Amino acid sequence: MFYRENGQFKSSYASDLQMLPILQDRLFMAGLLVVAFVAVPLFVSDYLFLAILIPFLILALAAIGLNLLVGYCGQISIGHAAFMAVGAYSAYNLALRIPQLNFLVVLVLSGLIASAVGLVFGLPSLRIKGLYLAVATLAAQFFMDWLFARVKWFTNYAPSVSPAPIEIFGWKVDSPLDKYLFVLCVLTVFTLLARNLVRGHIGREWMAIRDMDVAAEVIGIRPVYAKLTAFAVSSFYVGVAGALWGFVQLGAWEPLAFDLNLSLSLLFMIIIGGMGSLLGSYFGAAFIVTLPILLNQVPAALGVPIPTAMNAHLESMIFGALIIFFLIVEPQGLARLWAIGKEKLRLWPFPH
Amino acid sequence: MDAGSNFVHFRRRVTMKLTSNSAMLSAALAVSGAAALLGAAQVQAQAKEQFFPVLSYRTGAYAPNGIPFANGYVDYLKLIDARDGGINGVKITFEECETGYATDRGVECYERLKGKGPTGATAFHPLSTGITFALTDKSFTDHIPIITTGYGRADSVDGAVFGWNFPLGGTYWDAADMLVQEVGKKEGGLDKLKGKKIALVYHDSPYGKEPIALLEERAKMHGFQLLLLPVTHPGVEQKATWLQIRQQRPDYVFLWGWGVMNSTAIKEAVATGYPREKMYGVWWSGAEPDVVPAGDGAKGYNALVFLAPAGMGQVHKDIIKYVYDKGQGTGKKEEVGEVLYNRGLAAAMVTVEAVRKAQVNYGKKPLTGMQVRWGLENLSIDQAMIKKLGFEGFMTPVSTSCVNHAGEAQAQIETWDGKKWQVHPGVLHADNAIIKPMIRASAEKYATEKKITKRDCGKESG
Repeated sequence: MFYRENGQFKSSYASDLQMLPILQDRLFMAGLLVVAFVAVPLFVSDYLFLAILIPFLILALAAIGLNLLVGYCGQISIGHAAFMAVGAYSAYNLALRIPQLNFLVVLVLSGLIASAVGLVFGLPSLRIKGLYLAVATLAAQFFMDWLFARVKWFTNYAPSVSPAPIEIFGWKVDSPLDKYLFVLCVLTVFTLLARNLVRGHIGREWMAIRDMDVAAEVIGIRPVYAKLTAFAVSSFYVGVAGALWGFVQLGAWEPLAFDLNLSLSLLFMIIIGGMGSLLGSYFGAAFIVTLPILLNQVPAALGVPIPTAMNAHLESMIFGALIIFFLIVEPQGLARLWAIGKEKLRLWPFPH
Repeated sequence: MDAGSNFVHFRRRVTMKLTSNSAMLSAALAVSGAAALLGAAQVQAQAKEQFFPVLSYRTGAYAPNGIPFANGYVDYLKLIDARDGGINGVKITFEECETGYATDRGVECYERLKGKGPTGATAFHPLSTGITFALTDKSFTDHIPIITTGYGRADSVDGAVFGWNFPLGGTYWDAADMLVQEVGKKEGGLDKLKGKKIALVYHDSPYGKEPIALLEERAKMHGFQLLLLPVTHPGVEQKATWLQIRQQRPDYVFLWGWGVMNSTAIKEAVATGYPREKMYGVWWSGAEPDVVPAGDGAKGYNALVFLAPAGMGQVHKDIIKYVYDKGQGTGKKEEVGEVLYNRGLAAAMVTVEAVRKAQVNYGKKPLTGMQVRWGLENLSIDQAMIKKLGFEGFMTPVSTSCVNHAGEAQAQIETWDGKKWQVHPGVLHADNAIIKPMIRASAEKYATEKKITKRDCGKESG
């Protein structure tokens, strides 16, 4: 009843091309931004910022990056934490060795470095596809693990690196709220960029490659260009996310922080959230990041005293069961559930 | 803002105490009076409780080692409440949070627990070098001490730079130094190490990498060759490592493992035929769960032992009486007195004593992390006190200052005889002539990288 596009006519090209064609969607998005930028900072505790919201936002950015490659271009990668590591260590070295550089410049440069590395490790995608490519991307993971653990120059001859606090034009990003707002701004800008990328010609090329690469080639899409741009853009996003993960979330890290587990988590995020959907990246990140932490706190919140070990085991069991449940209910991810919900809402209260 | 004014307050209190000048006193009170009154009013309204956060890992690859430590730590807190009714009447409350030895979960737990209780967390024991590194970064803004009993950053001994880290009982540089001295003694002098080969089999994490800097320094000094053999987490796959040992035949193997990696290493040594007598573990590679799985093969294996060897003393009797016999025990009764259990006890004891010390200065009420730090920096646990606390034979004296956050480290060598650990009588001390300059250089580097203004210890505590 409330959510329908009846009577919303598109009378110009501009209105036809806009990102959110339905008024209700625009209102919802505006509301969401107000909540994220105004309401959340007013009401949320430091714990929620540091332990839940900031990791969620940063990993959502990484998930968007991976989704561009896997969900939109169909090239599976299980080595994306490696590009996060490249981003994090590039940012660390840039900030350390050129201290006068603004952190925003550092962020973009580290993204570009990750992008270049991603391009190199994307080369095998020109010859191999599917699961074989996935295995080839593992090389990135192991190579980067090795590089940052063994070549001491990258870590400035210390076992664990710890960068100086972030400062942007005199704004010291050190309180939980500052960190949250900074990450939120980065994420908003990058989501907007991604949204426009995937509905522009590059995104369409990626999707054509994903759906059938031979057909795409026949209609004049160059697979080399499409696949490599997907790798480059994806690595750029993931590299920026890696830099944020190191600088904002961890504060001090070692190569182990970007191990295979993180790569797999990223992949699970987009599988559970929804491949080929930016919204799905958010859902997936929320599911993987926050759910275990919430589950861990349920017994304490209910006042049920159970041993810590039992609590940890329960957390893994329930979390695993929920993954299976959601994949059975909706194999195309949480984003698909959301879309179905919207369809239902459109017909409500008079379904066919 | 709030933390800043607190800090001013703290410094003033200290200067105040030193000068004991009444004019100064009133001036200090005038400056920080409002803040102090506010704080006091808040505290009064709340319960007389001191909150102890417990970061533990009872699941995952390191659980066999994490469980006894956590049990010991928690049992001691329970004992203080049950036997003494808290610390000078201030009840201890605690909450455990499972980190699984993972840095990100550790940080989450830290954030979850740091604000609990009327005055926030007392002090954190991260029980993982990786988590220690991450929390160190946060300590500068949160002002909660991080106590690392026998682990953590070696350079955090320097209290002027690492204002909140307390590597009590010894660092990995101390440990590595002692091991080099021990094998030197065995060879008949450190100069005899020339041309020898020492292999370091280490956990490929900040923990395992810590001793490398010192061993490299020592290798340069004495001319021995250092073989670095990393083992990836969790350490169940070491075939390649021990193949290298078989080829290279090092004269000694130093083991820097944790959890299942230790027992695997000993089993691999048996399979390779490397003599266990030539293997020396760090103090985290010398507990029952490390040798028992290897069975008879572990006989002859040596390890460092510090603070707390296995066994039962007065404190254990009290724990059995006040905690276990009342059905409040955290673990199994027969595990009371194991190496790692005792280390958990000792860790809890120094924390409780720091609070007790700080209470002398700030009053018998719940204390903030900043106040507890004062206690930690003025800790002096001597032999008489150890005896009074029931820790005789399980603890070495510790005294700290603003400049030196660790105290003097000492340790002994123990050997597994197939049934229990036999502690050798000779006490080892690290050579400060080598370690002190390294600490200074490393802390200096950290301070410049992180743009930290160093504390002026001379002004704060004299």
